[in-house]
Amino acid sequence: MRIQGIVAGAVLLSASAGFGFQAAATGISGAPAAGGDSFVIKGATVHTVAGADIQNGSVMVRNGKIIGVGKNLTASKDLKVIDGKGLHVYPGMIDAGTEIGLIEINSVRESSDTTEIGKFNPHLVALTAVNPESEHIPVTRFNGITSALTMPSGQLISGQVSLIHLDGWTTDEMGIKPRAGMHLRIPTIAAPRAGFSSDADVPAAANRTGFTQAKQNFDKEMAELNEFFESARRYVQLRAAKPEGFKPDLKLEAMIPVLEGKEPVLVTAVREREIRDALAFGDKQKVKIILLDAQEAWKVTKEIKEHNVPVVLGPMLSLPLNEDDPYDRQYTTPADLQRAGILFSIGTLEGKANLSSRNLPYQAAQAVAFGLPHDEAIKAVTKNAALIWGVGDQIGTIEEGKWADLILTDGDPLEATTTIKQVFVKGKSSDMDNKQKQLYEKYINRPN
Amino acid sequence: MNRRTLLLTLAAPMAGPLVQKLGAQTGDQAVLIQNATILTITNGTVKGSILLQGGKITGIGEKVLAPAGAKIIDGAGKFVMPGIIDCHSHIMAEAINEGSVSVSSMVGIADVLNPEDIGIYRALAGGVTTANILHGSANAIGGKTIVMKMRWGKNAETMKFEGAMPGIKFALGENPKRAGQAAGGAGGAAGAPRYPATRMGVEDVIREAFNDAKAYKATWATYNAKLAKGEVAMPPARDLKLDALVEVLDGKRFVHAHCYRQDEILMLIHVADDYGFKIRTFQHVLEGYKVAKEIKEHGAGASTFADWWAYKIEAQDAIPYNAAILVKKGVLTSLNSDDAELMRHLDKEAAKTVKYGGLTETEALALVTINPAKQLQIDKRVGSLEVGKDADVLLYDGHPLSNFSKVEKVWIDGHQYFDRDEDISNRTKKELEKKALIQKAAADQRGGGGRGTAAGQTPQEQEGSN
Repeated sequence: MRIQGIVAGAVLLSASAGFGFQAAATGISGAPAAGGDSFVIKGATVHTVAGADIQNGSVMVRNGKIIGVGKNLTASKDLKVIDGKGLHVYPGMIDAGTEIGLIEINSVRESSDTTEIGKFNPHLVALTAVNPESEHIPVTRFNGITSALTMPSGQLISGQVSLIHLDGWTTDEMGIKPRAGMHLRIPTIAAPRAGFSSDADVPAAANRTGFTQAKQNFDKEMAELNEFFESARRYVQLRAAKPEGFKPDLKLEAMIPVLEGKEPVLVTAVREREIRDALAFGDKQKVKIILLDAQEAWKVTKEIKEHNVPVVLGPMLSLPLNEDDPYDRQYTTPADLQRAGILFSIGTLEGKANLSSRNLPYQAAQAVAFGLPHDEAIKAVTKNAALIWGVGDQIGTIEEGKWADLILTDGDPLEATTTIKQVFVKGKSSDMDNKQKQLYEKYINRPN
Repeated sequence: MNRRTLLLTLAAPMAGPLVQKLGAQTGDQAVLIQNATILTITNGTVKGSILLQGGKITGIGEKVLAPAGAKIIDGAGKFVMPGIIDCHSHIMAEAINEGSVSVSSMVGIADVLNPEDIGIYRALAGGVTTANILHGSANAIGGKTIVMKMRWGKNAETMKFEGAMPGIKFALGENPKRAGQAAGGAGGAAGAPRYPATRMGVEDVIREAFNDAKAYKATWATYNAKLAKGEVAMPPARDLKLDALVEVLDGKRFVHAHCYRQDEILMLIHVADDYGFKIRTFQHVLEGYKVAKEIKEHGAGASTFADWWAYKIEAQDAIPYNAAILVKKGVLTSLNSDDAELMRHLDKEAAKTVKYGGLTETEALALVTINPAKQLQIDKRVGSLEVGKDADVLLYDGHPLSNFSKVEKVWIDGHQYFDRDEDISNRTKKELEKKALIQKAAADQRGGGGRGTAAGQTPQEQEGSN
């Protein structure tokens, strides 16, 4: 079915909502929309994130790609027209660090595919285990997030992180970049935050084992990590020599793009010491790194900038790491990085402590309340994420030649009160329905 | 000067006696916020001024005259609203669960409150002025709860909300049955399984407890009747566990029941009906939207999350429209935090209900102000901006439902407990103070025990022994 314009789109939505009752019973929802990948949105305020906003602008899409953006465009007659009057068009948002599709219910082991056994798993690929039917996907898309970086996690090297579209019939269709980076957790002396109380970040491991033991564990893990990289380098030489009976080693094979600098290492490094260790590790191993969840990046801005390392921050709406940190410590970090000229984006790290990828825009907004310029916040969840993950030529802005990952809204997508009227992924009009909406429509109609 | 005639008050009948008591409650300077947008919650929006004096709100209107010596704050472009009330929090609590038994009504969270928990200050900075501090959810009938004002810097006793009805925590579903599973679980015993292990058993535990409580109440009634007749009688043995449940039966203690699924919500309503008590609030109540009718008929309130879901099986049907459906179906509804982080942005959580379910801005803000005040029966004191109510007031730099706004100042009882400017300007001083303390501790350690330092102790050990 082709989109007939936003009015027809609304009819289509309400029709699918009616269908929702049956869908809820069978557990089927969020079927990717077919067709509709050539259209023009007219008369909207277009926020390209590549330049100035365009009032009363148009976005032309053909075969899923943007073919024109601007004022007074002449659209060819075969393009369906979507009336954008009074509405805004933004690029679809990108959650730069999640576990979406890999975990459904935190407390149910069987629903989680995030964490494999073993310290070194560079060959495991997140996309392999993404469940396209996850309820998290339509619910997240509903708030205007069209793609996400989903990642395995674990002890040291947990696997390949995958950049995916949040729509598609299969994992193959969803994948934008299955091997976007290799996730590494830098060894740590203090345990990362966990738990329930407001002073949740007691360095539990250090307390339990004592500093000396924790330091010994740290040194051992650092040595193991370096040795693993060295063994990968020896493997490259061995491989080049093609000795008789050579058998590829799948783990070490996966290290080659990293060693060649073709693939970045996503390094989880939370505290200052870990961030410094991560930068030093990158230098020593001569690999490209991206910092993840670098909560104390504000202490290390100079060095991060000198290294030209981008940062994927975790959620702003989280408690300060230390009891005596300023109350707004997490809120002001994006502004600190922006002032230092560091390229950063935001990952909701969904799966951790009830955080939701769907609240990505509100994480960015919190940074605005505490000093980040608004346009920089929009960039953080669109363009910057695309640049960091090496797909700046494909998504992240509204520019000719890019995928038509678009959201049509009645206001600023960073405001919780704004409604996302329609999401387009690769030019396809996404189903805006989801199980939660179906339950709403079912029970609001329960007779009193 | 007759100030009363100059106050354009919204609740004029209450203004009289209070104006005469001006300044009687605290020594704080009166505060007049002018030119602000005042979201009263209960009486619309006022563009004008609000006067805080003697711990109370003493004037709201287009023009309110400043009393002599009042501090005047220009609220141009700013918003004023009542302090946020969190109906479910565990900050301050040094212990959460007495998980060794299925009924722990003999214990109370009030006994383990730490007034120095930094969570209090952080909550204040997010606009929370009152919080209901609850026992955990490891038992079908948990410990006693207490309502606290976030009077940062005061001791735990002084932070108690004077006269607020005490409560008790009940818990249904996965959490209380977790300890019944062989592996044990969070909050439960690691060893032998503890009854109950099913939702059926949870019901039974509550029924058995009230069965005991009724019999216990009867023995006391018999004893008291004998005493009244002048007969000689032996008093029954005092049972601290059942005392709390008798208070529930007598309507002197509110039940705040942790729950998720619709079946367990109905179960508890039936049990309460059978034993003749009321559930004051269903907490979390993520499937409340399925049984809004029954919750309303029982007269209970619902205190839920804006959009938490997917963290456990019983949260699978959680929907962000829950609060909106409950409100539209006439249930007294609030949004709570249950979490020291979420507690800091309950205003932003409220904003989500405008999108999810289409609540009005006032309905949304009521979810974190007047509604929880009513649920805790403290609405005569707090929850809205009305003359005569406690001066628990927030000043924002923008509309509280905008994600781009933040709390600038917080007053409780007319005393300022949070000021963003002051917080920022004190940071350098505090950093220096911290550095000096660390240096002193290090020097003391090097010196093998300086003044007030036990030899051989690390600074942490000294701190721990205080």
